[in-house]
Amino acid sequence: MAANPMTQFEVYRIGPEIKIGALDISFTNASLFMVVSSLAILVIFNLGSKKNSLLPNKIQLLAELSYTFVSKMISDTAGSKAKPYFSFIFSLFMFVLFCNMFGMIPYTFTVTSHIIVTFVLAAFIFIGVTIIGFIKHGLGYLKLFVPSGVPIVLLPLIVVIEIISYLSRPISLSVRLFANMMAGHTMMKVFGGFVISLGVVGGWLPLSFSVALTGLEILVAFLQAYVFAILTCIYLNDALNLHH
Amino acid sequence: MIKKIFFQLVFFNLFFLKEVFAAESGGMPQLNPEFWISQIFWLTLTFGILYVVLSKLILPKISANLELRKSQIQENIEAAEKQRESSEAKLKEYDDIISKSKLEANNIFKEARENVLKEINVKKETLDKQIDEEVKKVEEEINLLKKGASEKINKIAIETTSELLVKLIGTEVNNSSISAIVDDLSKRNGDKYYGN
Repeated sequence: MAANPMTQFEVYRIGPEIKIGALDISFTNASLFMVVSSLAILVIFNLGSKKNSLLPNKIQLLAELSYTFVSKMISDTAGSKAKPYFSFIFSLFMFVLFCNMFGMIPYTFTVTSHIIVTFVLAAFIFIGVTIIGFIKHGLGYLKLFVPSGVPIVLLPLIVVIEIISYLSRPISLSVRLFANMMAGHTMMKVFGGFVISLGVVGGWLPLSFSVALTGLEILVAFLQAYVFAILTCIYLNDALNLHH
Repeated sequence: MIKKIFFQLVFFNLFFLKEVFAAESGGMPQLNPEFWISQIFWLTLTFGILYVVLSKLILPKISANLELRKSQIQENIEAAEKQRESSEAKLKEYDDIISKSKLEANNIFKEARENVLKEINVKKETLDKQIDEEVKKVEEEINLLKKGASEKINKIAIETTSELLVKLIGTEVNNSSISAIVDDLSKRNGDKYYGN
Protein backbone atom coordinates (compact mmCIF):
# COMPACT_ATOMS: atom_id res chain seq x y z
CA MET A 1 0.00 0.00 0.00
CA ALA A 2 1.67 3.12 -1.19
CA ALA A 3 0.81 6.64 -0.13
CA ASN A 4 -1.12 7.10 -3.34
CA PRO A 5 -4.75 7.36 -2.25
CA MET A 6 -5.92 5.75 -5.47
CA THR A 7 -4.24 2.39 -4.94
CA GLN A 8 -7.16 1.26 -2.81
CA PHE A 9 -9.31 1.23 -5.93
CA GLU A 10 -7.05 -1.07 -7.89
CA VAL A 11 -8.60 -4.27 -9.08
CA TYR A 12 -6.43 -7.35 -9.03
CA ARG A 13 -6.96 -10.94 -9.94
CA ILE A 14 -7.57 -13.50 -7.22
CA GLY A 15 -6.77 -16.98 -8.36
CA PRO A 16 -6.33 -18.07 -11.96
CA GLU A 17 -7.20 -16.17 -15.08
CA ILE A 18 -10.60 -17.21 -16.43
CA LYS A 19 -11.43 -16.45 -20.02
CA ILE A 20 -14.50 -16.97 -22.15
CA GLY A 21 -13.30 -16.47 -25.69
CA ALA A 22 -11.46 -13.18 -25.70
CA LEU A 23 -13.27 -11.95 -22.57
CA ASP A 24 -11.44 -11.93 -19.27
CA ILE A 25 -13.85 -12.80 -16.47
CA SER A 26 -11.28 -13.61 -13.81
CA PHE A 27 -12.32 -13.57 -10.18
CA THR A 28 -11.01 -10.33 -8.69
CA ASN A 29 -11.16 -8.53 -5.38
CA ALA A 30 -14.16 -6.63 -6.79
CA SER A 31 -15.89 -9.94 -7.53
CA LEU A 32 -15.02 -11.12 -4.04
CA PHE A 33 -16.79 -8.20 -2.40
CA MET A 34 -19.79 -8.51 -4.69
CA VAL A 35 -20.07 -12.13 -3.60
CA VAL A 36 -19.49 -11.24 0.06
CA SER A 37 -22.15 -8.49 -0.02
CA SER A 38 -24.69 -10.69 -1.75
CA LEU A 39 -24.03 -13.56 0.62
CA ALA A 40 -24.29 -11.27 3.64
CA ILE A 41 -27.65 -9.98 2.41
CA LEU A 42 -28.92 -13.47 1.72
CA VAL A 43 -27.75 -14.82 5.08
CA ILE A 44 -29.18 -11.92 7.08
CA PHE A 45 -32.54 -11.90 5.32
CA ASN A 46 -32.77 -15.65 5.32
CA LEU A 47 -32.24 -15.69 9.07
CA GLY A 48 -34.69 -12.82 9.40
CA SER A 49 -37.44 -14.65 7.54
CA LYS A 50 -36.91 -18.16 8.89
CA LYS A 51 -38.97 -18.05 12.04
CA ASN A 52 -42.11 -16.07 12.42
CA SER A 53 -42.75 -15.24 16.01
CA LEU A 54 -45.37 -12.75 17.04
CA LEU A 55 -42.67 -10.85 18.86
CA PRO A 56 -39.82 -10.72 16.32
CA ASN A 57 -36.25 -11.21 17.44
CA LYS A 58 -33.55 -8.73 16.47
CA ILE A 59 -32.62 -10.16 13.09
CA GLN A 60 -36.24 -10.70 12.13
CA LEU A 61 -37.00 -7.15 13.15
CA LEU A 62 -34.11 -5.96 11.00
CA ALA A 63 -35.39 -7.85 7.98
CA GLU A 64 -38.96 -6.71 8.48
CA LEU A 65 -38.02 -3.09 9.10
CA SER A 66 -35.94 -3.09 5.91
CA TYR A 67 -38.85 -4.62 4.06
CA THR A 68 -41.34 -2.04 5.27
CA PHE A 69 -38.81 0.77 4.76
CA VAL A 70 -38.27 -0.10 1.09
CA SER A 71 -41.91 -0.88 0.48
CA LYS A 72 -42.93 2.48 1.97
CA MET A 73 -40.29 4.25 -0.10
CA ILE A 74 -41.63 2.66 -3.29
CA SER A 75 -45.29 3.28 -2.54
CA ASP A 76 -44.55 6.89 -1.57
CA THR A 77 -42.65 7.72 -4.74
CA ALA A 78 -44.04 5.42 -7.42
CA GLY A 79 -47.46 4.45 -6.11
CA SER A 80 -49.12 1.07 -5.98
CA LYS A 81 -48.38 0.28 -9.65
CA ALA A 82 -44.71 -0.20 -8.78
CA LYS A 83 -45.41 -3.20 -6.60
CA PRO A 84 -44.15 -5.80 -9.13
CA TYR A 85 -40.76 -4.07 -9.11
CA PHE A 86 -40.45 -4.20 -5.33
CA SER A 87 -38.08 -7.16 -5.33
CA PHE A 88 -35.77 -5.51 -7.81
CA ILE A 89 -35.61 -2.21 -5.95
CA PHE A 90 -35.18 -4.01 -2.66
CA SER A 91 -32.30 -6.05 -4.06
CA LEU A 92 -30.79 -2.96 -5.63
CA PHE A 93 -30.99 -0.93 -2.42
CA MET A 94 -29.57 -3.74 -0.32
CA PHE A 95 -26.81 -4.55 -2.78
CA VAL A 96 -25.64 -0.95 -3.03
CA LEU A 97 -25.98 -0.44 0.71
CA PHE A 98 -24.02 -3.56 1.60
CA CYS A 99 -21.32 -2.85 -0.98
CA ASN A 100 -20.98 0.68 0.41
CA MET A 101 -20.91 -0.53 3.99
CA PHE A 102 -18.40 -3.31 3.35
CA GLY A 103 -16.23 -0.66 1.76
CA MET A 104 -16.14 1.15 5.09
CA ILE A 105 -14.16 -1.67 6.70
CA PRO A 106 -10.42 -0.91 6.44
CA TYR A 107 -8.46 -2.81 3.78
CA THR A 108 -11.61 -3.85 1.96
CA PHE A 109 -12.59 -2.99 -1.57
CA THR A 110 -15.54 -0.74 -2.37
CA VAL A 111 -17.40 -2.26 -5.29
CA THR A 112 -19.52 0.84 -5.85
CA SER A 113 -16.48 3.08 -6.18
CA HIS A 114 -16.03 1.78 -9.70
CA ILE A 115 -17.81 3.65 -12.46
CA ILE A 116 -18.28 0.52 -14.51
CA VAL A 117 -20.28 -1.18 -11.75
CA THR A 118 -22.54 1.77 -11.03
CA PHE A 119 -22.89 2.48 -14.73
CA VAL A 120 -24.02 -1.06 -15.50
CA LEU A 121 -26.63 -0.83 -12.75
CA ALA A 122 -27.78 2.61 -13.90
CA ALA A 123 -27.86 1.61 -17.56
CA PHE A 124 -29.88 -1.48 -16.71
CA ILE A 125 -32.35 0.68 -14.77
CA PHE A 126 -32.47 3.25 -17.58
CA ILE A 127 -33.11 0.67 -20.28
CA GLY A 128 -35.60 -1.22 -18.13
CA VAL A 129 -37.54 1.92 -17.24
CA THR A 130 -37.63 3.02 -20.87
CA ILE A 131 -38.92 -0.38 -21.98
CA ILE A 132 -41.56 -0.37 -19.22
CA GLY A 133 -42.61 3.12 -20.27
CA PHE A 134 -43.03 2.16 -23.91
CA ILE A 135 -44.88 -1.05 -23.02
CA LYS A 136 -47.27 0.76 -20.69
CA HIS A 137 -47.95 3.83 -22.83
CA GLY A 138 -46.78 2.95 -26.34
CA LEU A 139 -45.57 5.98 -28.24
CA GLY A 140 -47.50 8.10 -25.75
CA TYR A 141 -44.48 7.68 -23.49
CA LEU A 142 -42.81 10.35 -25.65
CA LYS A 143 -45.19 12.84 -24.04
CA LEU A 144 -42.76 12.67 -21.14
CA PHE A 145 -40.60 15.09 -23.12
CA VAL A 146 -43.43 17.57 -23.63
CA PRO A 147 -44.36 19.11 -20.29
CA SER A 148 -47.85 20.53 -20.15
CA GLY A 149 -48.43 24.23 -19.67
CA VAL A 150 -45.33 25.35 -21.54
CA PRO A 151 -45.69 28.18 -24.08
CA ILE A 152 -45.47 27.02 -27.71
CA VAL A 153 -42.52 29.27 -28.37
CA LEU A 154 -40.45 27.62 -25.68
CA LEU A 155 -41.53 24.11 -26.57
CA PRO A 156 -38.69 23.12 -28.97
CA LEU A 157 -36.12 24.23 -26.45
CA ILE A 158 -37.86 22.50 -23.56
CA VAL A 159 -38.20 19.26 -25.50
CA VAL A 160 -34.48 19.25 -26.31
CA ILE A 161 -33.64 19.93 -22.66
CA GLU A 162 -35.99 17.19 -21.50
CA ILE A 163 -34.50 14.67 -23.91
CA ILE A 164 -30.98 15.55 -22.82
CA SER A 165 -31.94 15.28 -19.16
CA TYR A 166 -33.62 11.95 -19.79
CA LEU A 167 -30.64 10.56 -21.67
CA SER A 168 -28.23 11.78 -19.02
CA ARG A 169 -30.11 9.90 -16.30
CA PRO A 170 -27.90 6.79 -16.33
CA ILE A 171 -24.78 8.94 -16.30
CA SER A 172 -25.92 11.14 -13.44
CA LEU A 173 -27.18 8.15 -11.49
CA SER A 174 -23.98 6.17 -11.87
CA VAL A 175 -21.56 9.07 -11.48
CA ARG A 176 -23.33 10.28 -8.33
CA LEU A 177 -22.77 7.01 -6.53
CA PHE A 178 -19.33 6.28 -7.92
CA ALA A 179 -18.00 9.78 -7.28
CA ASN A 180 -19.35 9.93 -3.78
CA MET A 181 -17.81 6.62 -2.82
CA MET A 182 -14.53 7.30 -4.51
CA ALA A 183 -14.21 10.80 -3.12
CA GLY A 184 -15.05 9.74 0.40
CA HIS A 185 -12.59 6.87 0.41
CA THR A 186 -9.86 8.95 -1.19
CA MET A 187 -10.37 11.65 1.38
CA MET A 188 -10.14 9.18 4.22
CA LYS A 189 -6.98 7.73 2.74
CA VAL A 190 -5.47 11.19 2.36
CA PHE A 191 -6.22 12.10 5.96
CA GLY A 192 -4.90 8.72 7.09
CA GLY A 193 -1.71 9.50 5.18
CA PHE A 194 -1.49 12.88 6.96
CA VAL A 195 -1.68 11.11 10.31
CA ILE A 196 1.36 9.03 9.37
CA SER A 197 3.36 11.82 7.85
CA LEU A 198 2.70 14.31 10.66
CA GLY A 199 3.48 11.72 13.32
CA VAL A 200 2.77 11.83 17.04
CA VAL A 201 3.19 15.59 17.23
CA GLY A 202 0.88 16.87 14.55
CA GLY A 203 -1.08 13.77 13.64
CA TRP A 204 -3.88 14.27 16.12
CA LEU A 205 -5.74 16.87 14.10
CA PRO A 206 -6.00 14.76 10.90
CA LEU A 207 -6.73 11.73 13.09
CA SER A 208 -9.73 13.40 14.68
CA PHE A 209 -10.79 14.57 11.26
CA SER A 210 -10.43 11.03 9.99
CA VAL A 211 -12.67 9.75 12.78
CA ALA A 212 -15.30 12.35 11.95
CA LEU A 213 -14.99 11.47 8.27
CA THR A 214 -15.61 7.81 9.02
CA GLY A 215 -18.95 8.75 10.59
CA LEU A 216 -19.75 10.98 7.65
CA GLU A 217 -18.82 8.25 5.18
CA ILE A 218 -21.08 5.74 6.90
CA LEU A 219 -23.88 8.28 6.56
CA VAL A 220 -22.96 8.82 2.91
CA ALA A 221 -22.86 5.07 2.30
CA PHE A 222 -26.44 4.78 3.51
CA LEU A 223 -27.56 8.02 1.90
CA GLN A 224 -26.18 7.14 -1.52
CA ALA A 225 -27.80 3.71 -1.48
CA TYR A 226 -31.06 5.41 -0.53
CA VAL A 227 -30.66 8.07 -3.23
CA PHE A 228 -29.86 5.41 -5.82
CA ALA A 229 -32.96 3.43 -4.91
CA ILE A 230 -35.26 6.43 -4.64
CA LEU A 231 -34.12 7.83 -8.00
CA THR A 232 -34.87 4.43 -9.49
CA CYS A 233 -38.33 4.71 -7.97
CA ILE A 234 -38.79 8.19 -9.42
CA TYR A 235 -37.75 7.04 -12.90
CA LEU A 236 -40.09 4.10 -12.54
CA ASN A 237 -42.85 6.47 -11.46
CA ASP A 238 -42.32 8.47 -14.68
CA ALA A 239 -42.71 5.29 -16.69
CA LEU A 240 -45.69 3.94 -14.79
CA ASN A 241 -47.74 7.06 -14.08
CA LEU A 242 -47.26 9.33 -17.03
CA HIS A 243 -48.67 12.67 -15.98
CA HIS A 244 -46.42 15.31 -17.35
CA MET B 1 -27.60 19.40 7.35
CA ILE B 2 -27.88 16.97 4.46
CA LYS B 3 -27.72 19.85 2.04
CA LYS B 4 -24.56 21.06 3.65
CA ILE B 5 -23.03 17.60 3.51
CA PHE B 6 -24.05 17.34 -0.09
CA PHE B 7 -22.35 20.58 -1.00
CA GLN B 8 -19.30 19.60 0.95
CA LEU B 9 -19.20 16.34 -0.93
CA VAL B 10 -19.53 18.08 -4.25
CA PHE B 11 -16.76 20.40 -3.26
CA PHE B 12 -14.48 17.60 -2.11
CA ASN B 13 -15.30 15.57 -5.16
CA LEU B 14 -14.06 18.32 -7.41
CA PHE B 15 -11.07 18.91 -5.19
CA PHE B 16 -9.96 15.33 -5.23
CA LEU B 17 -10.77 14.65 -8.84
CA LYS B 18 -8.46 17.51 -9.71
CA GLU B 19 -5.88 16.12 -7.33
CA VAL B 20 -6.17 12.71 -8.88
CA PHE B 21 -5.84 13.91 -12.42
CA ALA B 22 -2.96 16.10 -11.36
CA ALA B 23 -1.19 13.14 -9.84
CA GLU B 24 -1.07 11.30 -13.17
CA SER B 25 0.77 8.39 -11.59
CA GLY B 26 -1.29 5.78 -13.35
CA GLY B 27 -4.48 7.87 -13.03
CA MET B 28 -7.72 6.43 -11.74
CA PRO B 29 -7.85 2.64 -11.57
CA GLN B 30 -11.55 2.98 -12.33
CA LEU B 31 -10.79 4.14 -15.85
CA ASN B 32 -8.55 1.18 -16.56
CA PRO B 33 -10.66 -1.11 -18.73
CA GLU B 34 -8.62 -4.21 -17.97
CA PHE B 35 -11.16 -5.73 -15.57
CA TRP B 36 -14.33 -4.07 -16.82
CA ILE B 37 -15.65 -7.19 -18.45
CA SER B 38 -14.87 -9.21 -15.35
CA GLN B 39 -16.67 -6.69 -13.14
CA ILE B 40 -19.69 -6.61 -15.42
CA PHE B 41 -19.80 -10.39 -15.49
CA TRP B 42 -19.51 -10.82 -11.73
CA LEU B 43 -21.93 -7.98 -11.05
CA THR B 44 -24.52 -9.56 -13.32
CA LEU B 45 -23.94 -12.95 -11.77
CA THR B 46 -24.03 -11.94 -8.10
CA PHE B 47 -26.79 -9.38 -8.47
CA GLY B 48 -28.82 -11.78 -10.60
CA ILE B 49 -28.54 -14.55 -8.03
CA LEU B 50 -29.27 -12.08 -5.24
CA TYR B 51 -32.35 -10.82 -7.04
CA VAL B 52 -33.67 -14.27 -7.87
CA VAL B 53 -33.16 -15.68 -4.37
CA LEU B 54 -34.57 -12.58 -2.69
CA SER B 55 -37.61 -12.29 -4.92
CA LYS B 56 -38.44 -16.00 -5.10
CA LEU B 57 -37.55 -17.24 -1.64
CA ILE B 58 -36.93 -14.62 0.99
CA LEU B 59 -39.13 -11.62 0.29
CA PRO B 60 -42.36 -13.63 -0.07
CA LYS B 61 -41.59 -15.21 3.29
CA ILE B 62 -41.05 -11.85 4.97
CA SER B 63 -44.19 -10.52 3.35
CA ALA B 64 -46.15 -13.58 4.51
CA ASN B 65 -44.73 -13.18 8.01
CA LEU B 66 -45.77 -9.55 8.10
CA GLU B 67 -49.24 -10.36 6.80
CA LEU B 68 -49.60 -13.19 9.28
CA ARG B 69 -48.59 -10.97 12.16
CA LYS B 70 -50.95 -8.27 10.98
CA SER B 71 -53.86 -10.67 10.71
CA GLN B 72 -52.97 -12.28 14.02
CA ILE B 73 -52.94 -8.93 15.75
CA GLN B 74 -56.17 -8.02 14.02
CA GLU B 75 -57.71 -11.29 15.14
CA ASN B 76 -56.56 -10.75 18.67
CA ILE B 77 -58.01 -7.27 18.67
CA GLU B 78 -61.28 -8.60 17.32
CA ALA B 79 -61.36 -11.38 19.91
CA ALA B 80 -60.68 -8.88 22.65
CA GLU B 81 -63.44 -6.67 21.30
CA LYS B 82 -65.84 -9.62 21.24
CA GLN B 83 -64.97 -10.58 24.77
CA ARG B 84 -65.44 -7.04 25.91
CA GLU B 85 -68.85 -6.93 24.25
CA SER B 86 -69.92 -10.23 25.76
CA SER B 87 -68.76 -9.16 29.20
CA GLU B 88 -70.67 -5.93 28.79
CA ALA B 89 -73.77 -7.89 27.84
CA LYS B 90 -73.28 -10.11 30.87
CA LEU B 91 -72.91 -7.07 33.07
CA LYS B 92 -76.11 -5.65 31.64
CA GLU B 93 -77.89 -8.94 32.22
CA TYR B 94 -76.66 -8.97 35.77
CA ASP B 95 -77.84 -5.42 36.30
CA ASP B 96 -81.22 -6.30 34.84
CA ILE B 97 -81.56 -9.30 37.11
CA ILE B 98 -80.60 -7.24 40.12
CA SER B 99 -83.05 -4.46 39.33
CA LYS B 100 -85.80 -6.95 38.52
CA SER B 101 -85.30 -8.84 41.74
CA LYS B 102 -85.23 -5.57 43.63
CA LEU B 103 -88.55 -4.63 42.08
CA GLU B 104 -89.95 -8.05 42.85
CA ALA B 105 -88.82 -7.86 46.44
CA ASN B 106 -90.42 -4.47 46.73
CA ASN B 107 -93.67 -5.79 45.31
CA ILE B 108 -93.67 -8.76 47.64
CA PHE B 109 -93.00 -6.53 50.57
CA LYS B 110 -95.79 -4.16 49.59
CA GLU B 111 -98.23 -7.01 49.08
CA ALA B 112 -97.37 -8.56 52.39
CA ARG B 113 -97.80 -5.25 54.10
CA GLU B 114 -101.17 -4.67 52.53
CA ASN B 115 -102.30 -8.17 53.45
CA VAL B 116 -101.22 -7.72 57.00
CA LEU B 117 -102.89 -4.34 57.19
CA LYS B 118 -106.10 -5.77 55.79
CA GLU B 119 -106.07 -8.61 58.26
CA ILE B 120 -105.41 -6.25 61.07
CA ASN B 121 -108.29 -4.06 59.96
CA VAL B 122 -110.67 -7.01 59.70
CA LYS B 123 -109.70 -8.27 63.12
CA LYS B 124 -109.98 -4.81 64.55
CA GLU B 125 -113.47 -4.41 63.14
CA THR B 126 -114.67 -7.75 64.51
CA LEU B 127 -113.12 -6.99 67.84
CA ASP B 128 -114.77 -3.56 67.85
CA LYS B 129 -118.09 -5.16 67.10
CA GLN B 130 -117.65 -7.69 69.84
CA ILE B 131 -116.64 -5.00 72.24
CA ASP B 132 -119.62 -2.89 71.22
CA GLU B 133 -121.97 -5.84 71.75
CA GLU B 134 -120.53 -6.62 75.16
CA VAL B 135 -120.74 -2.99 76.16
CA LYS B 136 -124.35 -2.90 75.03
CA LYS B 137 -125.20 -6.05 76.98
CA VAL B 138 -123.54 -4.74 80.07
CA GLU B 139 -125.29 -1.40 79.71
CA GLU B 140 -128.63 -3.17 79.35
CA GLU B 141 -127.92 -5.18 82.46
CA ILE B 142 -126.95 -2.04 84.29
CA ASN B 143 -130.13 -0.34 83.17
CA LEU B 144 -132.14 -3.34 84.28
CA LEU B 145 -130.44 -3.35 87.60
CA LYS B 146 -130.99 0.38 87.95
CA LYS B 147 -134.65 0.01 87.26
CA GLY B 148 -135.00 -2.88 89.76
CA ALA B 149 -132.91 -1.11 92.38
CA SER B 150 -135.36 1.70 93.21
CA GLU B 151 -138.19 -0.72 93.75
CA LYS B 152 -136.05 -2.94 95.94
CA ILE B 153 -134.85 0.06 97.89
CA ASN B 154 -138.45 1.22 98.31
CA LYS B 155 -139.42 -2.24 99.55
CA ILE B 156 -136.53 -2.29 101.96
CA ALA B 157 -137.40 1.21 103.04
CA ILE B 158 -141.02 0.23 103.62
CA GLU B 159 -140.08 -2.84 105.66
CA THR B 160 -137.57 -1.01 107.74
CA THR B 161 -139.98 1.83 108.23
CA SER B 162 -142.76 -0.56 109.35
CA GLU B 163 -140.39 -2.36 111.71
CA LEU B 164 -139.12 0.96 113.05
CA LEU B 165 -142.68 2.11 113.53
CA VAL B 166 -143.49 -1.14 115.35
CA LYS B 167 -140.60 -0.68 117.66
CA LEU B 168 -141.24 3.02 118.17
CA ILE B 169 -144.97 3.05 118.61
CA GLY B 170 -145.79 -0.56 118.99
CA THR B 171 -148.55 -0.55 116.54
CA GLU B 172 -148.60 -1.82 113.09
CA VAL B 173 -149.15 0.74 110.43
CA ASN B 174 -150.78 -0.21 107.21
CA ASN B 175 -148.11 -1.10 104.71
CA SER B 176 -149.86 0.63 101.87
CA SER B 177 -149.84 4.00 103.59
CA ILE B 178 -146.11 3.69 104.30
CA SER B 179 -145.41 2.71 100.77
CA ALA B 180 -147.32 5.75 99.57
CA ILE B 181 -145.15 8.04 101.67
CA VAL B 182 -141.95 6.26 100.55
CA ASP B 183 -142.97 6.50 96.94
CA ASP B 184 -143.72 10.13 97.38
CA LEU B 185 -140.32 10.74 99.01
CA SER B 186 -138.45 8.71 96.49
CA LYS B 187 -140.07 10.60 93.65
CA ARG B 188 -139.30 13.97 95.24
CA ASN B 189 -135.77 13.16 96.30
CA GLY B 190 -135.02 10.41 93.82
CA ASP B 191 -132.18 12.41 92.39
CA LYS B 192 -130.51 12.55 95.72
CA TYR B 193 -130.46 8.79 96.27
CA TYR B 194 -130.05 7.21 92.90
CA GLY B 195 -128.15 9.72 90.92
CA ASN B 196 -130.60 9.54 88.06
